[in-house]
Amino acid sequence: MTRIARVLTAVAALIMAGAFAVPLWQIRLLAPQYPEGLGLLIHVNTVRGAGHNDLASINSLNHYIGMKAIDPAAIPVLHIMPWVLGALVVGALAVALAGRRKLLAAWLGAYAVAAALGLMEFWKWERDYGRNLDMENAIIKVPGMTYEPPLIGAKQLLNFTAISLPALGTILLGVAFLIGAYALFHSVRAARAARMEEGTASSAANDAASQATSPRLQPAGGH
Amino acid sequence: MSSDITRKLVLGAGAALAVSATLYACVATGSKGGNLVTGDAASAVYVPPGSYDEYYAFLSGGYSGQISVYTLPSGRLIKQIAVFSQFPETGYGYDENTKDMLRTSYGFVPWDDSHHPELSQTDGVPDGRWIFINGNNTPRVARVDLSLFETTEILELPNAAGGHASPFTTPDTKYIVSATRFSVPVPNTDVAIDTYKKNFKGVLSFISADQPGKMDIAFQILMPGYNYDLAHAGKGPSDGWFFFTTYNTEQAYEKLELNASKNDKDVIAAVDYHRAEACVKDGKARSMPVKYAHNFKDEATHIAKSELKTSVKVLDPRDCEGVVYLLPTPKSPHGVDIDPSGEYIVASGKLATVIPVHSFSKMKKAIADKAYDGDVDGIPILQYTATIAGEVQKPGLGPLHTEFDGKGNAYTSMFISSEIVKWKLGTWEVLDRIPIYYSVGHLMIPGGDSKQPWGKYLVSLNKITKDRYLPTGPELAQSAQLIDISGDKMKMLLDFPTIGEPHYAQALPAEVLKDKQVKYYQLSENRNPGVVKAESEGGITRSGKRVDVKMAAIRSHFAPDNLEGVQVGDTVYFHVTNIEQDWDIVHGFAVLGANNAELILAPGATRTLKWIPQAPGVYPFYCTDFCSALHQEMQGYVRVSPAGSNVPLTANISKKTLAQMNGK
Repeated sequence: MTRIARVLTAVAALIMAGAFAVPLWQIRLLAPQYPEGLGLLIHVNTVRGAGHNDLASINSLNHYIGMKAIDPAAIPVLHIMPWVLGALVVGALAVALAGRRKLLAAWLGAYAVAAALGLMEFWKWERDYGRNLDMENAIIKVPGMTYEPPLIGAKQLLNFTAISLPALGTILLGVAFLIGAYALFHSVRAARAARMEEGTASSAANDAASQATSPRLQPAGGH
Repeated sequence: MSSDITRKLVLGAGAALAVSATLYACVATGSKGGNLVTGDAASAVYVPPGSYDEYYAFLSGGYSGQISVYTLPSGRLIKQIAVFSQFPETGYGYDENTKDMLRTSYGFVPWDDSHHPELSQTDGVPDGRWIFINGNNTPRVARVDLSLFETTEILELPNAAGGHASPFTTPDTKYIVSATRFSVPVPNTDVAIDTYKKNFKGVLSFISADQPGKMDIAFQILMPGYNYDLAHAGKGPSDGWFFFTTYNTEQAYEKLELNASKNDKDVIAAVDYHRAEACVKDGKARSMPVKYAHNFKDEATHIAKSELKTSVKVLDPRDCEGVVYLLPTPKSPHGVDIDPSGEYIVASGKLATVIPVHSFSKMKKAIADKAYDGDVDGIPILQYTATIAGEVQKPGLGPLHTEFDGKGNAYTSMFISSEIVKWKLGTWEVLDRIPIYYSVGHLMIPGGDSKQPWGKYLVSLNKITKDRYLPTGPELAQSAQLIDISGDKMKMLLDFPTIGEPHYAQALPAEVLKDKQVKYYQLSENRNPGVVKAESEGGITRSGKRVDVKMAAIRSHFAPDNLEGVQVGDTVYFHVTNIEQDWDIVHGFAVLGANNAELILAPGATRTLKWIPQAPGVYPFYCTDFCSALHQEMQGYVRVSPAGSNVPLTANISKKTLAQMNGK
């Protein structure tokens, strides 16, 4: 890895660590009775209301349709995600220290898999809350109606318009991934350039050696 | 006989004046019904759906005892704040939480006549922390918290009767004042009424007001037995002085209409209240045994507490030289209004033909020069010519009150000629006049009595409505009118009806208040002894003949909602908590046969209703505020058994709660 790639990988780790502090995803809920909107913010380790008491309000409203109360402590993935993210941050730092291109590639691969799994978990969670209703105690029953918010985009759920969008945390994670990818690209390109230069240099050296020895030329390149 | 003739002449002349004033108004406007709207007044007061008005206006409710809140320029009523009168709409003054707000030394007084709202000020400018208002009948002052729009404190005034000159504030809200309209014996004892001159006294009360929950009378000043009418504090150069109008310097005690209108001049009492503070500090005031109530709402428990105070400091001006001076002022002055600069003291003699304006700097000089014209009970009377700055000539008939636009103009209400007159400070020339329908009392410009008027609109608070609205039997609508004062000419914009008789009003820009409104009470901070913070905490307990029910209200049920084991002869206390924490999700609680009222519960609030069932049976209770789609299902039952019955005391809880408790 080039020095630049190592620095970039470390920077990516720091940016990723920032995702601990801010929400990853946001769900806005708008209704005629809630022109100011209610909101859910999904963090790496919790789900909370956007407003001071939004989570309780949403839970209170959801009892009408038989939806389970959203209890962050009862969502297993929220217990795992901080560890996964932490491992990825530590991994990036380790890669930066070790400076091995293959490790960087492996880290990016793990990152992509974790991201895909995370999104899938989120989708499954939304689907479970939206569909797995307590129909016996539901007060409002609309045949065929389910209430999962969209993964991304807007959807009408009875009187509520649910708008689901990535939040700053996901943007940070995306930026970190792109930086990591660029670091890999930079290292690969540098290695390739070095190899090519090595090739050119050695033929030139051969040419030169046939005439006179040139101590100037030092082979260069990555590991 | 001759006095009878004089009276007839006076009345006749009054009638002639009134007729000519009406004629004058008609001729001047060329209009019969007074439809004086010019230009596009409709768009000037139209606030499209979804938009806000520019100002909050607080109008006294008069004999309703409350404050009504309007927004300007639309003139829409948005709230009634219950202050001195019980208010069944919310249960104020009926429930166990708030009924102590209406305690007085005369016992429970569930009504009053509220006249003058007064916004708290910082550096002479309305700041939107509180609004104060007086109870005129049983002298009281109340504090309304403007983040809650709720009465949080009431203080009774001893030694007073008719708390009319009240509750005007100092520029820093250190004090609000209350002066007695009716002089009475001090202390109030059984004396012959015709000993008035000897035994009757007036008191001016200075009330510490800048600490919520701790209003108290700092001191009272004992004054001659006149009628004290209105007041205003000085500001800027006159900061530290308070001015009170008086009438009945004749000290009449019968047929005041005539007998209190004889003197050519009455007086304005100018009080140097820093001097009074110094004298009180030096021990020159005497402590007098009295009884007066102080009631305030405990923020944490939402319960009003009432305490009876037993002593007040009374200062006799004879013991404190230089604390009061009297300014002779023509003919039974009503309003005393200080211009934004603090230099001019505008008095409006109800029966005067001019509007006299005193100068504060001339008053100070007259005091320094001892330009006295005798004294009353040791209080110096200053010479009229030594304090007067000018007189507005031919302003109209029956001047009452003056407010200011901050651009050098003053506006005075003319009750008899039913008009508002605009005139210039300093030159005293009349600039404009506009007819009012009918007989304006107070007028109000937002901040128009402060250092910083927002001089765009003027509200005329009228005493007679006559033909302005569709007739409603003998008792007609009360009314106010909105006038645009942004240009050279006043422009009539709008009539709007009001609740009770609107006396004075106050207003301030919406921005000062709208973003500091409390949306709901924090349930976590609720310390009411009857609170439940979760549905599972509800229940019923008995202690002798007393039954306490703790109940949660949440969309769309009560928990518990079935109660059994109550017996005839029991007194039941329903402690209901709205456990919602969501803006505008209000619940109500009403039970069949309640002899008091319902409860209206803001989110996070706990209130208690006392209920005494009279006969065995099953009594439903329900939510009175349409809270949700299933509001009609929000109900429950109390079973009442005969005394001595062996039905056990039980309270169920909802299915949902049971499910939650079972960890489902």
